[in-house]
Amino acid sequence: MDLQTLTYIVVGATFALYIGIAIWARAGSTQEFYVAGGGVSPLANGMATAADWMSAASFISMAGLISFMGYDGSVYLMGWTGGYVLLALCLAPYLRKFGKFTVPDFIGDRYYSQTARTVAVICAILISFTYVAGQMRGVGVVFSRFLEVDITTGVIIGMAVVFFYAVLGGMKGITYTQVAQYCVLIFAYMVPAVFISIMITGHVLPQTGLGATLLDGSGLHLLERLDGLSAELGFAAYTEGTKSTADIFAITAALMVGTAGLPHVIVRFFTVPRVKDARISAGWALIFISILYTTAPAIGAFARYNMIDTINGPDAQGTLITEAPTWIKNWEKTGLIKHEDKNGDGRMFYSGDERNEMTIDRDIMVLANPEIAQLPDWVIALVAAGGIAAALSTAAGLLLVISTSISHDLLKRNLMPNITDKQELLAARGAAAVAIVIAGYLGINPPGFVAEVVAFAFGLAAASFFPAIILGIFYKKMNKEGAIAGMLAGILFTVGYILYFKGIFITPFAENKPENWLFGISPEGIGTVGMAVNFVVAYAVSKFTKEVPQDVQDIVEQIRFPKGAGEAQSH
Amino acid sequence: MAFQSNELAKAYWRENVSLMLKLLAVWFTVSFAAGILFVDQLNMVQFFGFKLGFWFAQQGSIYTFVLLIFIYVIKMNALDRKYDVHED
Repeated sequence: MDLQTLTYIVVGATFALYIGIAIWARAGSTQEFYVAGGGVSPLANGMATAADWMSAASFISMAGLISFMGYDGSVYLMGWTGGYVLLALCLAPYLRKFGKFTVPDFIGDRYYSQTARTVAVICAILISFTYVAGQMRGVGVVFSRFLEVDITTGVIIGMAVVFFYAVLGGMKGITYTQVAQYCVLIFAYMVPAVFISIMITGHVLPQTGLGATLLDGSGLHLLERLDGLSAELGFAAYTEGTKSTADIFAITAALMVGTAGLPHVIVRFFTVPRVKDARISAGWALIFISILYTTAPAIGAFARYNMIDTINGPDAQGTLITEAPTWIKNWEKTGLIKHEDKNGDGRMFYSGDERNEMTIDRDIMVLANPEIAQLPDWVIALVAAGGIAAALSTAAGLLLVISTSISHDLLKRNLMPNITDKQELLAARGAAAVAIVIAGYLGINPPGFVAEVVAFAFGLAAASFFPAIILGIFYKKMNKEGAIAGMLAGILFTVGYILYFKGIFITPFAENKPENWLFGISPEGIGTVGMAVNFVVAYAVSKFTKEVPQDVQDIVEQIRFPKGAGEAQSH
Repeated sequence: MAFQSNELAKAYWRENVSLMLKLLAVWFTVSFAAGILFVDQLNMVQFFGFKLGFWFAQQGSIYTFVLLIFIYVIKMNALDRKYDVHED
């Protein structure tokens, strides 16, 4: 059987599974649609959270980024896991006790203000759309490479599947589908990693293989060899990187805090029955996430070693173009690898200086990895299914946030408080459908700045939601004036800084380079400063404005201990 | 009010916040201190096939994060029982 047929079968089988689950887990009420009826077990919720969280970026791009960035790639590893500690310790249990459906619900009620609710709704929708466009694009890329359909058709198929289970099942359908998707994606990620680890180092666990001795007879550790290769080829040392300490610090912090402030992650903790379950499901989620996140740096290092070895050859003289392995030819067709024989010697050469002849897209490392290591076809088919699972599960979670924001936060709690549960459910389904179509459109016609807007999503979450929620729980005296002023100041500062250097829709005001940055912090890490601005402004404004009403202070007292947490309530 | 008295409510909250701050101190140490601020110093130490600072940044911090959450869960469940504010 050829690779393409095999891929069709594997991907088709996973789709059939997702649709089967969706039919089994249909939602009958808004409660089921928004928070899966609040009855998901912590283990299942942890797994669903992990799938929800690990997007096309985690599955497809992250190991590739680390492969090219070396130590600097640590910002993603620490940033995207450390946020769960903040979630578990500072947010999840209290928000669960509060017992509402959404993040804007909390902000609006805690700060007794429709303005605060509206600011939160706009942020939630903006963050989620930014993210979801990238997921649809990821689906398209996988389809076009492995199933050889064009990206548009790929995106439309992906849209149809998500449409089916998100619109039908809401959070309930999404949660149980995500459990299945987690299993698919983690299996697909681990199998090639284990194979390659055994081939290169003899270690079964990629996590220990990363620090092991190479089997090539040199007696060197993998990381030593990579540092050596980097020096020979004119790259920065693999284990040291090039970013400044201040920038690494700020980016890591922005990603951590941003993670803890992302609405589609927070909402997962509303789906469990008890406060206790909210705490432990953050723990389960992080275990499931860590399996992938501790493997990714190993894949990155293996891929770099394998790639340099294949392209430059064992004697580091370059491999003849006529003898180039098939994966190079396959990926050249997609335009993601380019070779230009600059010195005309008929050989390929990859380096960090003027000898370099290769242009390699970072995103292909995970997808091409099984081919580079010459693993069997079924492994390649599996990786394709895993990439799609990662993208679909995240897209579904985000679409739910968008539809809930519209039907619940905007209609029910703001514009049309008198609609019935049935009408609200209909509105939620309608909003989900519209959101999928918009997301699909953005996936087919990606705005030129997809990479740039991702910095937006984390920066916004870090500078808006995180401080507002933390202050709402831990500082009883924070009033609506302070919270709103803080959120607006944080957002304006962060958005302003990103626009200043990246110039989305407008021309940048200054060149995006370290000399121009504030405190040497890049736009990716500026959310950390935005968060600080939010905290300071909120505190200062709250000191000069009216005190918080007593009944709100009593609510804050009530969310600080678990006893009496009921089901999530709409009022 | 679920607590017998205001003092008990305050004591519970104090213990909760102090546990949280201790765990966050560890969280900060393994990631921001060991993996970023002092990475160069720790990199002088060899840890199996890794430089120690690099290991913290790409492996060790993540394992510690998982541990921290589970310690928090166990300690908080005990604290809830001590003050009788646990769920059924």
